[in-house]
Parts: sequence; C-alpha cells; structure tokens
Amino acid sequence: MYVAVKGGERAIDNAHAWLAEERRGDQSIAEMTLAQIREQLKLAVNRVMAEGSLYDPDLAALAIKQSRGDLIEAIFLIRAYRTTLPRFGNSRPVETADMTCDRRISATFKDVPGGQVLGPTFDYTHRLLDFKLAAEGEVPEAPAAEPRREPTPHVTSFLRGEDIIQTEEESDATPKDITREPMSFPADRATRLQTLTRGDEGFVLGMAYSTQRGYARNHAFVGELRIGTVAVEMDIPELGFAIEIGEVELTECETVNQFKGSKTEPPQFTRGYGLVFGQTERKAISMALVDRALRWKELGEDNLGAAAQDEEFVLSHCDNIQATGFLEHIKLPHYVDFQSELELVRKLRREAEAARVAAEQAREAAE
Amino acid sequence: MTQEITPEARKAWMSLLSTAPEARLAALFDKLDNSPDHDTLRAPETGGVMVRGRAGGTGAPFNLGEMTVTRCTLKLASGAVGHGYVQGRSKRQAELAAKLDAMMQTEAAAEVEDKILTPLRTERDAARDARAAKAAATKVDFFTMVRGED
Repeated sequence: MYVAVKGGERAIDNAHAWLAEERRGDQSIAEMTLAQIREQLKLAVNRVMAEGSLYDPDLAALAIKQSRGDLIEAIFLIRAYRTTLPRFGNSRPVETADMTCDRRISATFKDVPGGQVLGPTFDYTHRLLDFKLAAEGEVPEAPAAEPRREPTPHVTSFLRGEDIIQTEEESDATPKDITREPMSFPADRATRLQTLTRGDEGFVLGMAYSTQRGYARNHAFVGELRIGTVAVEMDIPELGFAIEIGEVELTECETVNQFKGSKTEPPQFTRGYGLVFGQTERKAISMALVDRALRWKELGEDNLGAAAQDEEFVLSHCDNIQATGFLEHIKLPHYVDFQSELELVRKLRREAEAARVAAEQAREAAE
Repeated sequence: MTQEITPEARKAWMSLLSTAPEARLAALFDKLDNSPDHDTLRAPETGGVMVRGRAGGTGAPFNLGEMTVTRCTLKLASGAVGHGYVQGRSKRQAELAAKLDAMMQTEAAAEVEDKILTPLRTERDAARDARAAKAAATKVDFFTMVRGED
C-alpha cells in the first residue's frame, strides 16, 4: 500500500528559519566575517579544503560559517559545490622539492641540508590554556632571520644514492580519477592516494594508529615532514605552453619504514607517502602510514589480516561524506518501510506463538 | 602592432598575474594612462583544475584535489589576444589579467611592465621573503654540550 504524505513543508520552512537565527547566535555579539574565519581558523579551513577536495580558502570559510562550525557539514557543502564546476583541465604534478617551506623537519636525520625548520607549530607548547587569548591584544612580531631562497632538497634524495631505500618509479601515466570513475578493487596506488588525501582525518588517523599498535606493524619514522607553498602549473592549449595558474599550501610527509626484505624485495627501507592540502600535518602523517600499510602486496609482504592492510575496508569507509550520507539517512522518514517491518514482525510473532501453543498441546496429548 | 614575444616571458607575466590580489591589481590598473577597448572572446568563467602530485614526491602522478580557477579571453582593437587564468573565483581579476596579457603584446608593454608587473613582482617577492625570514628564525641550531673530562 502506498500512502502519500504531505504536511511537512511549513515545519521544514520554520525549522530552517530557526536554524538561520541560531546560526547567527546572540545578536548583541558581532557577526563573524569570512575573512576572520579564513585568517583565524585557518586549520579548520585547511581541513575543509583537504576533505572537500577543493582548494579555495574563501569558499571553505563560507562553508564553515554556513555549517555553524560542523566541519563534516562544511565539507559536504564544498563537495556539492565542486560538482558544479566545469573541469578546465589537470595540472602538471606539483614539484614538492621546490616548495617554499614554512616548516621542514626530519625525525631521522639531525643534520639534514636545509636544516630542521620548526615553523608555526604546536609542538613543544605545554598544552595549557592561554587565558591571554581570552582578551584582545596585539600580537608581537615573530623574529626573523636571513631567509633561505634556494629550494630545500627532499631527505629521501640523500638515501637514494646508496640504493638502501626503495625508489619510486617516475612515470607520466595518467592517474585514475575517483571523481570521474567509480573506485574498483584492486585499487592502484594513485587511486589509494587520492582517496586517502580527501579521507576523513579521524578515520585515517585511527587506521594509522592501529598500525603503530601492532596491526600490520611497519615501524615508521617520519623521514621528512614539510609544509609550504608550491606553484601549480597547467598546460594551456590555446598558448601551447604551461603557465602557473596559482599556488597552493601543502603538507607532505614521507615515512621511512624498516623492511627486512620479502620474497621479491631485498632488505631496504620502504616508504609511505602523504600529501594533503593546507597545513594538515596530523592527516599527512596518518596518510603516509596507511599508504605504507596498503602497499603490502606490491612489496611482497604477508597479509596479516589487519584492517589497515585491507584496501576495500579502508578506502570504502574513509570518506566522511559517503559515510555520513548513508548513516544520517536513517533518521529521515521511513514510515512505510517501518510499517511493513512492523507487519512482518507481528506476523512472525503470531506464527511463533501458534507454533508454541501447538507444540504444547501435542506434548500434553502425548502424556 | 604586435611584438615578438618569447613563451618564457609570457609565462612569467601570466604566472605573476594568476596570484595577484584582485584589489591590488585593480588599483594598479587604474594608474595606466588608458585602458584600450576590447572584444570579449570568452567571457570570464570559473571552473576547477585537478591538481596532481607524485607518489613519494617523485614517482607516478596521482590526483590530489581540485582548485578554483577563473579564465577569460579577449581581443584588443589592435588584434592582440589576451588570456587570463587566475586562481580563485574573481571574474574581474581574470578580465584584468587577460587585458594585461594582451597589452603586453602591444606598445603599451613597457608601461604595463613599469606600473603593474614590477610592483606586483616586488610585493610578491617581499611577502615570500618575509615568511621565509620567519621560517629561518625557527631553524634549530644543534650544539653539543661540552663534557667535563679531557
């Protein structure tokens, strides 16, 4: 039986009107501007750009304001907007070796050329609430030193000469694009990296942590972590050459992992890779650990049955928009579905009761 | 009249214009003696470009995510065709970039270079240097504690 139900429109309109009022909050308090969000909640903006898979700080700030700070809702808004954009083309792969680094550290080499540059980090802070921030005040200018203008070489490039670290085969193959064709398994590494870089930070962090706790153990060192800006170049058909169409801030993490060798590979260090939009280092490190765990097959390692080695499990569940879409839909009206379930359960209960009574009568008759 | 232009030179000014802040670009543009009329060949439109990275920084390419880009193409009365490709969603910036690209192919090139490109370049380099200087101040200087024994 199909029953058309109407009558929600007024309630929905009123709910949205109230949402708008609640979003604004106490009107005696100044309204936030998008520029304030963009400049002062920059790490939230970065997360929305990374997981929304669209680099545009102003749009991310708008999404955060609209979603009242619910970052997954903001990411949803960005993903929806992204689908409306015509695709002009693909950039050339960014040259992270040429990154203008704000931060660059290595946990494996103390005296790395270019140095250990801490940048604007939370590391080494005491994680004590700073009540000075509760009051408005001028920020003192950060100290400056002689700027480095030349590129900072990758740490792994120093190990490559020795052949002691696995090399990444350079190629110009066109990578698959999960926004154009649905993911299929087994997934190649380009697909895995694209999925992980826009995957949910919490999920990817949890998976990475599981590898550290011993599920698919692959003891990882942060060979290098760098944050900074790179130019984005694209070939322009009407010109016949490439130009820079902008620059993006990225976080890149390369892990160096112990590897005793396998049936197919000699003992050497192996690598995991993370590259994420914005200053997003927790996510980039997590991505690198999970990337490394998912590489077990190509490195000839054993499948230990760990969740982080299971690409179907990781890649199918790391997208928070897919996940929340399916999860949250169950709160929407399912009256008719539920009505039929109710009928079914009542029928089953009647049958079970009838069977029980019949069995009891048969037993009494036999006695 | 158009002049012979190398791809390297054109790449350099188009790249500079792609990240020039809209308000700054408009203010500098107003300082030009005149703005030639143009026909719009492709009205400003905003789209996405898929940014790619390489696995391990040096390996096979993968898709990292998109960025917003706005482009525009126009033609001056002299025949010079200009393209603007700018980061973000500013149609005004894309149009100005296209116009300046066209003007750089005419005798106005010296004036554009002088009044617009040179200040933009100087400001961009200064902003980069200022960040790099702060980064340099956070560079760790390791030192070894001298131990007591000889």
